[in-house]
Amino acid sequence: MDLSTNYLGLSLKNPLVPSASPLSRDLDTARRLEDAGASAIVMYSLFEEEIVAEQNELESLWSFQDIGHGEADSYLPASANCETSLDTYLAQLWALKQALEIPVIASLNGITPGGWIEHASEMVGAGADALELNVYYLAADLNQTAAEVEDNYIQLLTQLKQAVNIPITLKLSSQFSSPANFIGKLGEAGADGVSLFNRFYQPDLDLDTLTVKHTLHLSSPYEALMRIHWIALLHGRVDVSLAATGGIHSVTEVMKLLLSGADVTHLCATLLKNGPDYLATILIDMAQWMEEKEYESVEQLKGSFSQQHSPDPQAWQRANYLKVLQSY
Amino acid sequence: MPDSQTATIDGNEAAARIAHKTNEVIAIYPITPASPMGELSDDWSALGHRNIWGSTPEVIEMQSEAGAAGTVHGALQSGALTTTFTASQGLLLMIPNMYKIAGELSPGVIHVAARSLAAQALSIFGDHSDVMAIRGTGYAMLAAGSVQEAMDFALIAQAATLEGRLPFVHFFDGFRTSHELAKIFLIDDATIRAMIDQEWVHAHRRRALTPDHPVVRGTSQNPDVYFQARETVNPYYRALPGIVQGAMNRFAELTGRQYRLFEYYGHPDAERVIVLMGSAAETVEETVDHLLTRNAKVGLLRIRLLRPLSAQDLIDSLPVSVRHIAVLDRCKEPGADGEPLYKDIMTLLAEYVSTGGDRFLGMPYVVGGRYGLSSKEFTPGMVQAVFDNLSAEQPKNHFTIGIHDDLTYTSLEWDEHLRNDAMQEVKQCLFYGLGSDGTVSANKNTIKIIGGETPQYAQGYFVYDSKKAGAVTVSHLRFSDRPIRSAYLIADNEAQFIGCHQTAFLEQYPMLDKAADEAVFLLNSPASVDTVWDTLPRPVQEKILEKSIRLYTIDAYSVAAEAGMGRRINTIMQTCFFAISGVLPADEAIDKIKQAVEKAYGRKGRKIVQRNFAAIDATLEALHAVKLPESVTSNITLPPVVPETAPEFVRQVTAELIAGRGDSLPVSILPADGTWPLGTAAWEKRNIAREIPIWNEDLCIFCGKCPFVCPHSAIRSKVFSADDVKDAPASFKHLPIKGKEFTEGEHVSYQVAPEDCTGCGLCVDVCPARDKSNASRKALMMQSQTPLREQERKNWDYFLSIPEHDRNKIRWTTLKGSMLSQPLFEFSGACLGCGETPYIRLATQLFGDRMLIANATGCSSIYGGNLPTTPYTTNPDGRGPAWSNSLFEDNAEFGLGFRMAIDQHRQHAENLLQQMQEELGEAQTNAIIHADQSDEPGIFEQRERLEAIKQQLENSPHADAQRLLSVIDYCAKKSVWIIGGDGWAYDIGFGGVDHVMASGRDVNILVLDTEVYSNTGGQTSKATPKGAIAKFSAAGKSSAKKDLGLIAMAYENVYVAKIAFGAKDVQTQRAFREAESYPGTSIIIAYSPCIAHGVDLTHNLRQQGLAVKSGYWQLYRYDPRRREQGKNALQLDYKKPSIKLKDYYQTEARFSMLWRTHPETADRLLAEEQQAVLERFHHLEQLASLSMNPGNDAESDTTRNVNQEEAK
Repeated sequence: MDLSTNYLGLSLKNPLVPSASPLSRDLDTARRLEDAGASAIVMYSLFEEEIVAEQNELESLWSFQDIGHGEADSYLPASANCETSLDTYLAQLWALKQALEIPVIASLNGITPGGWIEHASEMVGAGADALELNVYYLAADLNQTAAEVEDNYIQLLTQLKQAVNIPITLKLSSQFSSPANFIGKLGEAGADGVSLFNRFYQPDLDLDTLTVKHTLHLSSPYEALMRIHWIALLHGRVDVSLAATGGIHSVTEVMKLLLSGADVTHLCATLLKNGPDYLATILIDMAQWMEEKEYESVEQLKGSFSQQHSPDPQAWQRANYLKVLQSY
Repeated sequence: MPDSQTATIDGNEAAARIAHKTNEVIAIYPITPASPMGELSDDWSALGHRNIWGSTPEVIEMQSEAGAAGTVHGALQSGALTTTFTASQGLLLMIPNMYKIAGELSPGVIHVAARSLAAQALSIFGDHSDVMAIRGTGYAMLAAGSVQEAMDFALIAQAATLEGRLPFVHFFDGFRTSHELAKIFLIDDATIRAMIDQEWVHAHRRRALTPDHPVVRGTSQNPDVYFQARETVNPYYRALPGIVQGAMNRFAELTGRQYRLFEYYGHPDAERVIVLMGSAAETVEETVDHLLTRNAKVGLLRIRLLRPLSAQDLIDSLPVSVRHIAVLDRCKEPGADGEPLYKDIMTLLAEYVSTGGDRFLGMPYVVGGRYGLSSKEFTPGMVQAVFDNLSAEQPKNHFTIGIHDDLTYTSLEWDEHLRNDAMQEVKQCLFYGLGSDGTVSANKNTIKIIGGETPQYAQGYFVYDSKKAGAVTVSHLRFSDRPIRSAYLIADNEAQFIGCHQTAFLEQYPMLDKAADEAVFLLNSPASVDTVWDTLPRPVQEKILEKSIRLYTIDAYSVAAEAGMGRRINTIMQTCFFAISGVLPADEAIDKIKQAVEKAYGRKGRKIVQRNFAAIDATLEALHAVKLPESVTSNITLPPVVPETAPEFVRQVTAELIAGRGDSLPVSILPADGTWPLGTAAWEKRNIAREIPIWNEDLCIFCGKCPFVCPHSAIRSKVFSADDVKDAPASFKHLPIKGKEFTEGEHVSYQVAPEDCTGCGLCVDVCPARDKSNASRKALMMQSQTPLREQERKNWDYFLSIPEHDRNKIRWTTLKGSMLSQPLFEFSGACLGCGETPYIRLATQLFGDRMLIANATGCSSIYGGNLPTTPYTTNPDGRGPAWSNSLFEDNAEFGLGFRMAIDQHRQHAENLLQQMQEELGEAQTNAIIHADQSDEPGIFEQRERLEAIKQQLENSPHADAQRLLSVIDYCAKKSVWIIGGDGWAYDIGFGGVDHVMASGRDVNILVLDTEVYSNTGGQTSKATPKGAIAKFSAAGKSSAKKDLGLIAMAYENVYVAKIAFGAKDVQTQRAFREAESYPGTSIIIAYSPCIAHGVDLTHNLRQQGLAVKSGYWQLYRYDPRRREQGKNALQLDYKKPSIKLKDYYQTEARFSMLWRTHPETADRLLAEEQQAVLERFHHLEQLASLSMNPGNDAESDTTRNVNQEEAK
């Protein structure tokens, strides 16, 4: 049975790709993922904001410990030989490349045009096979239009495509007015793929302390539905690879997403919960399901139930929603 | 041949570089100004730097200088090349070992940044009091006078000690040399190797104690041989001067720099000669040059090798023509008939002449004088005055120079404005900055750029005020084509460039007095180039026009903000300096700044580099020359330093110190015994807060938390009758207060002292009261200080004028209640957000009117007792904390002495009361003797009784009446507090703390635990936690924090509390009250967040919360009184850890940096400490749950003592 798939121009042995998560922080874990059958791995994200904060902190330690007290011009030993999170990231990327045979996709979240390009180039230098842009931007400016937001993404992509020569995919939020149109434009601007959809830290209110706190809950399989829906809508209609991310916990979601048209499915919460070896279980389940359903290859089934190929295209449209309501 | 490699470094680094290259063991203890030598050595060893034999010296920080000296002694005895660095009292603590080390002919060098000794007061500054106190130890003493010499003599001393077997003290002037940045020639390894004969090293090793060829050393000798044995060393002392000169000669061959034991400089036929040692010789040499061109027959004799003193060499060094000699000592020996160097010179000359020596035309006229104590300036004008004195018909002897002595008239007058020719070739620049704005680091950088990148010589010296929050720095920079010898500050009319980095300084410092004619004046001001002139005070405008000063202005804070640099203006002001000072061509200079920025931050700080570059480029556009009008236009006058209403002493003395004019104060006006009045900090209005808290009274719930957490006692609460404030200013806020303890019609006010607040924001952070409809609005909100200053100043003055709340009515068990009491500790110079001062303030609120404080040296003694002002103050009755600092190491014993004296006085008083019972009345005397003073009313009533009886006694003819009067006040309760940091309590003073605890006497020990030596810059103490980095633990402290609380509990009769005010305020307050009421020894271990933790102290309270929630910091009280009630003495006040230790560790750079430098170590130490934290809780929980009634286990209640109320 042929489980291989093509994603971002990379030939992958199967569509199971651990997503940006702590799983890639540890080489042994990464090796176990590869041994379990992962076909590629997306590294955890490098956040430019974190690098800036860290450099500010280091600047304070290196240059601003002197408070003007005659008895001490510093308070902490601040070695210039310290490792920054950028160093750590690039070293880990390099180490993953050395330790694994599967492709390693670096993930980047920038905040400045210079930062995106600089760090993307460094990731290429450290051996990244592809780049996933973790382009979360909170569009809360009352004066900024949706078109302007989208245009910023396009510009960023255009600049990055000129700066680096590896495939680029964008991990997108679901919160666009017209996702299909926007993803189409990304494809035209050179995006090799999109990853649907990003999940974010969400502020929450603590009713005991009456403070705002940030939380991140692991995904639930329910969240896969939105991914299935949009991938089914997009498959065959946009000229980019499609990755599904968020809520993929078992073979059930994997198969639904592949049938909808995903090129790869990203796994995270389930591996954190069940351990890296669980990927092998999903892989076995996948093969078993395909065998039972008499599919020969992933390429064969990929997108076979997308809206384009669906026996009931309307089912993916808004009517679907109406039916649900009527069923109550 | 001179070594062509140069570097711009300070004296400490110069000496330490050689010490590290030539030693194997380095045992140190931090002390200002020598600490950097040990720190640098530790850094280099941590980086694997090797000595010339290829091994990395092992650096160990000891518990005291006495410990360091013991380790040095042991290592020397065991054959290691060993050194240490110290100063002042630290050197004195080494004296016992120094006698031993010298007596055993053990070669080694102690490098000393010479510093004043604590006498009437401590002083961190430079003089020779310390080194002169070790003359008898048998150590050779070699004096360096400049940064270059500090490096050169470090090597010469090391070579000579190994060759001659006598140990050396190599010393140079604290701060003036230890902290002066200068461009010097470095010494390469080849030169070091050539100076040190390997055979000397082998011989040292052969003498090592070893079981392979054992000997005994350190025997006890009897009258039969001790004396003779003491004389056996004479040949070594006789040989040493020749050995040192030999080393100097070899050094000259290798480097081209020739030194002599005694170095004469001046006219070959000089008649008047000054003899001295140290950095002042540089100033004398400059001035001799100046006088030689004016045909004066004057000269200078520098003393290099003070011990062993080679009389013949010294005499041979003097010109035969000398008629008058002034010997200058940088120390004072009270009661002696002259200072040590003077007496040395006098003795050897007298001995020479009286035994027929005929080099001179008779016995020269020798006078001695004192100069430069505690870094007092020693200027060319003073040198001239000393020479002038020698020209007098009868030169004044035992004089002082540099002060105005109107008490015993020792001082010589001098011309303050006299400068020598050396200044003509020097570019002199002054910079006034804030400690926190990076001015000093930028200037150090500038010096390194000019010193390192151009042929010019550079010198930098930095003057700090005594504050930690809002400290002012003045940088004195000189540049010249020739070496700079000027060991004194830039004086009036000299500076060709003055940079004022804070506009507010214009009103505080007459900086343009320093400006030379046509000087460049750079002002950081928010005003535009067109309006800035009108913002200048009138005297500033006058000076600018009078001296034709060229004024430039820049709004550096705006440039910084736009470049993303926040409030960091250092690079911007540095760029301005290079752009307009003319020290270097502007373009070249700007390039070099950019190179320096890149070098400093490199790839790891690329974003910082980019921001700095943007700021540098923007600076040039924002820098403007101001077109000056022809006449003065300003009506802005300088405010008085203190108001006219201040007490006379404050106006005459304190104000002068605040204004920076302390040098001009005459001797007679100063207290003879170091006794100073309280309450002076309140007169020093520093206005350092950009924002201050403003009270939204409608939201306030009167919880008292804001005054409780305020580190500077700048926000207060007061309750008063509404009728009392009818004349209040309209903006003064107050409203009725609710509560059973208050009477109808009472109002409350929360008021900030706008000019004393530092703007740390802790009060706003802690404020729990929010607007129910708008959570962003709290009962306290920060607002810009400037527009509120006048209004709030009036409100504050009014607030102070309202009578204090009656202490007898205060409900002390509540925070709200106790915060109504007057703090008797206010407006200290402690850091913004200081974690220590709230504890001290609280203690003064609770017990201040009856406190005696013994304060260990450290942060708390600096913000508590460093002139110009003290934060300790008095209540309306004139009572308040009596405070003193003895030393670092003896504070517990010092405080115990207080207790013993008080108890003795009280016992004496009670005896006399009993003896006079008939006259005074039995009821009254018994009431006094048996008074219950366990609460405020009890103490109040006792004081009333005492007042009554004092009136009786004053009129009594009884023989003992006056005796009783002298001690009767001791019948009122006195509360002894022994306060200090962890460096004291865990390390250097632990022996004393332990002994005092064992004594069981009624004293209260408050340990302000910052977990490092904070005052000297964050060195490791035994309180430093596992996994933290600190100086001397750069790779993370691998051992656990000493558990002082458990040690104290082991005594069983000691009250012990571990507290963190930001985590549980009520527990803190309860612990203080219990400790003070406990009639035995109490110890409170108080968690004190510090800037050395690498955390912004605006998060001080959050950090305490995290420390407790993670279980890192435990909260408990151990009260032996509970055992008498059959209860367990230990009560836990914290819950089982509810967050991971990592969640706390990650928030402080002292822990998080370790993940960047040693990630595996960081993980391991964190894991170990995480386990320890859980085990500690488990252990304490079990201890607190033990049944105290073995016969009735049913009484045991595992939760009883885990105080549920506190643990909430």
